[in-house]
Amino acid sequence: MKILVCVKQVPDTSGKIAVNPDGTLNRASMQTIINPDDMNAVEAALKLKDETGCPVYAVTMGPPPAESMLRELMAMGCDGSYLVSGREFGGSDTYATSQILAAALDTIGIEEDDILFCGRQAIDGDTAQVGPQIAEKLHIPQVTYAADIHKDGNTVTVRRMLEDGYMTIKVKTPCLITCIKELNTPRYMSVAGIFGAWQRPMTVLDYEALKDNALIDKSTIGLSGSPTNILTSFTPPQKGAGRMLEGNNMATCEKLASILAEKHYL
Amino acid sequence: MNMILSNPDYDSTNLEEFKNIWVFCEQRGGQMMPTTYELISEGRKLADQLGVKLCGLLLGENVDGLAKDLGGYGADEVILCEHPLLKTYTTDAYAKVICDTISWMKPEVFLIGATNIGRDLGPRCAARLHTGLCADCTHLDIDLDLYKAFLHEASTLPAERIDGLGTAKVLGKDHDISRDLKMTRPAFGGNLMASIICPRFRPAMATVRPGVLKKAAYDEAKAKAISVTRFSVELSEDDLATEVLEVVKAAKKLVDLVGADYVVSVGRGISTDVEGGIKLAEELADVLGGVVGGSRVAIDSGWLTSDHQVGQTGKTVHPKVYVALGISGSIQHQAGMKESECIVAVNKNEGAPIFDIADYGICGDLFKVTPMLIEAVKAAKAAK
Repeated sequence: MKILVCVKQVPDTSGKIAVNPDGTLNRASMQTIINPDDMNAVEAALKLKDETGCPVYAVTMGPPPAESMLRELMAMGCDGSYLVSGREFGGSDTYATSQILAAALDTIGIEEDDILFCGRQAIDGDTAQVGPQIAEKLHIPQVTYAADIHKDGNTVTVRRMLEDGYMTIKVKTPCLITCIKELNTPRYMSVAGIFGAWQRPMTVLDYEALKDNALIDKSTIGLSGSPTNILTSFTPPQKGAGRMLEGNNMATCEKLASILAEKHYL
Repeated sequence: MNMILSNPDYDSTNLEEFKNIWVFCEQRGGQMMPTTYELISEGRKLADQLGVKLCGLLLGENVDGLAKDLGGYGADEVILCEHPLLKTYTTDAYAKVICDTISWMKPEVFLIGATNIGRDLGPRCAARLHTGLCADCTHLDIDLDLYKAFLHEASTLPAERIDGLGTAKVLGKDHDISRDLKMTRPAFGGNLMASIICPRFRPAMATVRPGVLKKAAYDEAKAKAISVTRFSVELSEDDLATEVLEVVKAAKKLVDLVGADYVVSVGRGISTDVEGGIKLAEELADVLGGVVGGSRVAIDSGWLTSDHQVGQTGKTVHPKVYVALGISGSIQHQAGMKESECIVAVNKNEGAPIFDIADYGICGDLFKVTPMLIEAVKAAKAAK
């Protein structure tokens, strides 16, 4: 048994974002972080490792600087990592991305009692598509929005959150589970872990390494293999500048209430 | 698990074989999810733009009684798939039946509500059908002139750029976009919008954010005229690798943010007195006749449960009045509330981005201002 966790390095959108003149995102000028939901996926994996002793490997697709994130994850406790990186993979939409990641996971090898974890969604795209699409490409079942996980032999029981409650789902391994923040609180790196992180293996999987996998086909990866295309990207017009009311006393509040009443908002 | 399409000749690149607009009609426990009617209403407009039929795809067990209302909101036809294994949603069973149905009947557009279930199902189906899916859309167009009109209003793109739209470069060739579904969604928390097309594959698939599209007026005549086509479902236990042990409805009544006319939200500003801050927000919401929401900080810090979250990762609200108490107004928060009719912000920090989009701003301590605001609103309402 082993656990594979898919993670993504993302621009920190909680800060200020930078937009190029052509409307695309200026990634170079932004801080990067490990996608928050992915941290919960890593924690879920490390918890299972604590319980069972199984190894945990982090897998990411991204440019070479993503290595720093993988080192951090190994400092947290991951036993090894894989960086899926190559020019041929650039411009991939979610379909092509999951195709490539599925090929990478398949190359690493998925066995009968393995579990794959992903975060629910990445904060840069907010699509929540790559997890389910990897599962489909690998022909394994998925459970999304996991808020509680228990492994018992070759089944996993998951509490899957809905908007108005939850479902308890029993799924056979190998399976893919996407994690939400309610699942756990991610641990910190340990000092020993930071030292150890440099001894742990990081394998780069480039196009050459994956091209013979049945899932990889030049026509289904990268920009040319992506079913979706961006037609336009644009910034919405700024709403007309609002009005700052003077002061912050009772008179100010009365003024505001009378405006709202006048405009029939009350 | 059986993931092989039942139609062996299915080819998602044979664009001319695909016709009609389909909507996935999500029901839970025999109750239609409200967002389905929003999608049907929108789908009606898109079908009229293309001059094709609008079909609702309905899965479940003994759910044929739901077909009529789908007609009432604009569907011409309901494709009904009934089977005991479809009673409760499982990814395996639903994806199989939906993909098989699509592989035979070939719609050119397939819309799904971006609920927790829709976002589980959509990507799985798109991957199996080898087509594109655009997640969490907030606006849809097919007609090019309508799309241009939308851009003129909702974007800062230069007018000549918008008027010149007609083709897109796809694999180095000019592709005519007039019949493509233009799927618009916020990216990066709504600071950037993107319109996506799926030019080479069908169906073009989109999940659509609940609460964003408007429900049409109910048409009794159309409801009576609905035609129902049964699709014979091939499904067995062997197709399922998952088993639903139980479905539990939340005991606590969840807050109805999306339908509320008044939302009073709290953010980081209440951190010095969380209980007191929430109490003030509740009082103001009560006086206004609304509900309490929260920013991501308020939910991540555990001050409010996630059903209260407004923003890109939470809910999109468009109340008459939105009051932001101690919320700085990150782009991710704005994505969920900037369509409110009137935005009121109270914040200590004069430079908070929330003031850029607020109709009325008060720079001050929310713990001092809110009690006064409650009194002032009470008085103004009493005076009416």
